[in-house]
Amino acid sequence: MMLEVKSLTKRFGGLVAVSDVDLDVAKGEIVSLIGPNGAGKTTLFASIAGFLKPDEGEVILNGTSITKLKPHKICKQGMVRTFQITQPFATLNTLENIMIGAYANTSNKPLAKSNAERVAEIVGMTSLLYQTADGLTVAARKRLELARALATDPQLLLLDEVMAGLNPTEIDEIVDVIKGIRDTGITIFLIEHVMKAVVNLSDRTYVLNDGKLIAHGTPNSIASDPAVIEAYLGHGAAKTMARG
Amino acid sequence: MKLPFQSTFFMALGLLVAVLAPFGISSKFQLDVLTLIFFTAYLGQSWNILGGYAGQFSFGGVMFFGTGAYTSSILLSSFGLPPIIGIFAAIFMGALLGLVVGYLSFRSGLRGSYFALITLAFAELLRVLANSVEFTGGGVGLFLSYAPGLYNLQFTSPTGFYYFSLILLVISLAIAMWLEHSRFGAQLVAIRENEDAAEALGVDTLKCKIYAIMIMGGMGGAAGTFYAQKYLYIDPPISYSIALSVEMLLVTIVGGMGTVFGPLIGSFVLHTVNEIARHFISTPGLSLIVYGFILIVIISYLPNGLIGLFRKTQKNKEDNDA
Amino acid sequence: MFSVTLSLLPAGIINGLMFGAIYALVALGLTLIYGVLHIINFAHGAMLMLALYSAYFLFKILNIDPYISILIVTPASYVFGYTIYRWGIGRLSGGRDQNILLITLGLSIILENSALFFFTGDQQTISLPYSYESFDLGFLYLSYPKLISFVASLVICVLLWMLMTLTDLGKAIRAVAKERDGARLVGIDVEHVFAVTFGIGVACLGAAGCMLLPIFYVDPYTGNMFVIIAFTIVVLGGMGSIVGALLGGFIIGVTESVGGLLLGESLGQIGISLIFILILIFKPTGIFGSKV
Repeated sequence: MMLEVKSLTKRFGGLVAVSDVDLDVAKGEIVSLIGPNGAGKTTLFASIAGFLKPDEGEVILNGTSITKLKPHKICKQGMVRTFQITQPFATLNTLENIMIGAYANTSNKPLAKSNAERVAEIVGMTSLLYQTADGLTVAARKRLELARALATDPQLLLLDEVMAGLNPTEIDEIVDVIKGIRDTGITIFLIEHVMKAVVNLSDRTYVLNDGKLIAHGTPNSIASDPAVIEAYLGHGAAKTMARG
Repeated sequence: MKLPFQSTFFMALGLLVAVLAPFGISSKFQLDVLTLIFFTAYLGQSWNILGGYAGQFSFGGVMFFGTGAYTSSILLSSFGLPPIIGIFAAIFMGALLGLVVGYLSFRSGLRGSYFALITLAFAELLRVLANSVEFTGGGVGLFLSYAPGLYNLQFTSPTGFYYFSLILLVISLAIAMWLEHSRFGAQLVAIRENEDAAEALGVDTLKCKIYAIMIMGGMGGAAGTFYAQKYLYIDPPISYSIALSVEMLLVTIVGGMGTVFGPLIGSFVLHTVNEIARHFISTPGLSLIVYGFILIVIISYLPNGLIGLFRKTQKNKEDNDA
Repeated sequence: MFSVTLSLLPAGIINGLMFGAIYALVALGLTLIYGVLHIINFAHGAMLMLALYSAYFLFKILNIDPYISILIVTPASYVFGYTIYRWGIGRLSGGRDQNILLITLGLSIILENSALFFFTGDQQTISLPYSYESFDLGFLYLSYPKLISFVASLVICVLLWMLMTLTDLGKAIRAVAKERDGARLVGIDVEHVFAVTFGIGVACLGAAGCMLLPIFYVDPYTGNMFVIIAFTIVVLGGMGSIVGALLGGFIIGVTESVGGLLLGESLGQIGISLIFILILIFKPTGIFGSKV
């Protein structure tokens, strides 16, 4: 198993944001995590990636526990996350941004540069290499998040809503990019709201609601799961729909 | 893109002029002003590494200077160790202090204003300590004897100190240039721009920040030895003066943070302003009032400093050419 | 030797409490500004120095008792604070909190050196007709100025607390502190409230300056000393907490006074920086939490 999360719980004061979550991601898969707003998806991601300390549970990457590791260590072990709200290095240009990721594996500047250029090509940012990050469009910033993460040469990518705020054409483009990344052997675990993309991309889907996993399966089976419909549409919705 | 040849040429030219300057400048006073400009630029550069590149502003940068000054001076006066060796002890102690302060503050996640203020408090703490213990000479301070010679890093003419400060300056510029072209430098900038993102991308942010403050500390330590050997007297208010902490950040911010030549440009401009102000009115305080205004104007309207003005016009030119 | 020191302890504590009340007032201004505007006013000490000079010149030139001057200097400080925020700091800042710190640092450099330029670096003190009259506590003679300053500081702290909790203005300020965008939506003039808060914060200094003058001195650098003290109190009490500032003021006042007694005048000052550092490192939210 590439990633195993065992009974992970994260509390903020009295509020339980993530409750006893178990999940796993196998090598080569694209697995998605969906759920209504405020379900705790980003908190779960942050807990997996070392940005938050889980109160209980364990995170295992390639058989070794990474639960107590800091994010940069986890990155070195091959798992890297992107941020839902893009976090560019604002005054640096695209190339320099991506190079920070590339520097995770080399201290050699020319090598980091050529790696960054290669990654820029994969995500389709070659024409924007010398553009400063704070001048990029939303779509380009999303790609930059992806590119920087990719430049760290990960085995597992955690993508937090890389499609939010994009138009349908841009979504199609980034779906292709993600598929291309998977084809190079990188495993992908993503949070997504755009259902079309979820169905299109994922091998398996987990559904989180109120901090708990309520369903798990192929994207198509999930879409007809009463518990999921209930979670998205509110109390009684599944029954009403079944009756109707 | 700038031509590497062009910038190398200008730097070599600048260095040549600086090396030859004492032969052309007959006034001891002017040479002393230049020495001071280089010295402040050097201290500014030490601040710049942590403040300009890594984005961690310190208000107590003087603590490394003071600790270095005491280190080599005490080694000299109590143990007879010549400052040419003592300066390395000063560098070591400065870096060690950087390690302690950096570890304590960065590990507890202090940033922004809180980090600035805690460094101020550390400098205050050290000032009070230096004032209270025996081996620093307490409030009386330490007098060093006048014994010129390279061994003692003391010189009979201002030219000697001029070259001493020039060497320090060149070293500081070399460190900044190395930052511009190294992974470490890029990681510091990443921390400045977005610490979480840097951490996610494999940057050991804690370690990088601690290294940066240790470099700052080592540089400050050497500056302390320079000062002590030039003026032959140190006491707690001089060694841990808030004014010097402010001057370090001032020249850097005015010149341009996170740039190789920012501190030098800032130091040059501010000292020139100072000399001009002194020429007209000799009442104390005036040039600092002007400094205060300059700081506010730069922060508000020129966040990239004076060097930013130059870069902007250069960029516009490139855009027009394109 | 130690027992002699010990016998002085009660006097040290009382003395510390006296100064502590004024410290609290100084810190109150700082914590209020932080709690509402989320900015750190590094010029706080310099503004206090200005208030001290105002009280000093009112006494020297117009022969007004500093305790009466409270009625003049406090409103004047409010106007100064309001103006300097509305048309200065508020406009110029924006962006990173470090920028405001640096702008207020610039302001403090200007104020401090203007004082040096116009008033020279000499220390100034005043003596009032009742400066040397005192109140006998049995173990300690408490000078009237100290006693008056103590009581008046407490009264002003209470007034400020009432202003913040009981009045509409206080409600608006707290609303802005909590939810500035929401406050803007319901029609509160947020910039005005910010400036008012800044003004109140500086007004605290005006009052503190008048009360400090009879028992202290003023020179252009007086502010420096109080910057660290005020910041220490504020981090001790929790940024933004009024009650915290009051308790913190007493703690710091007593620490300084007793520290001086036990460790000697020069090493005694170490307590304040040390407390500041320890709190920031181990409990950055302050001992009493943070709340406006």
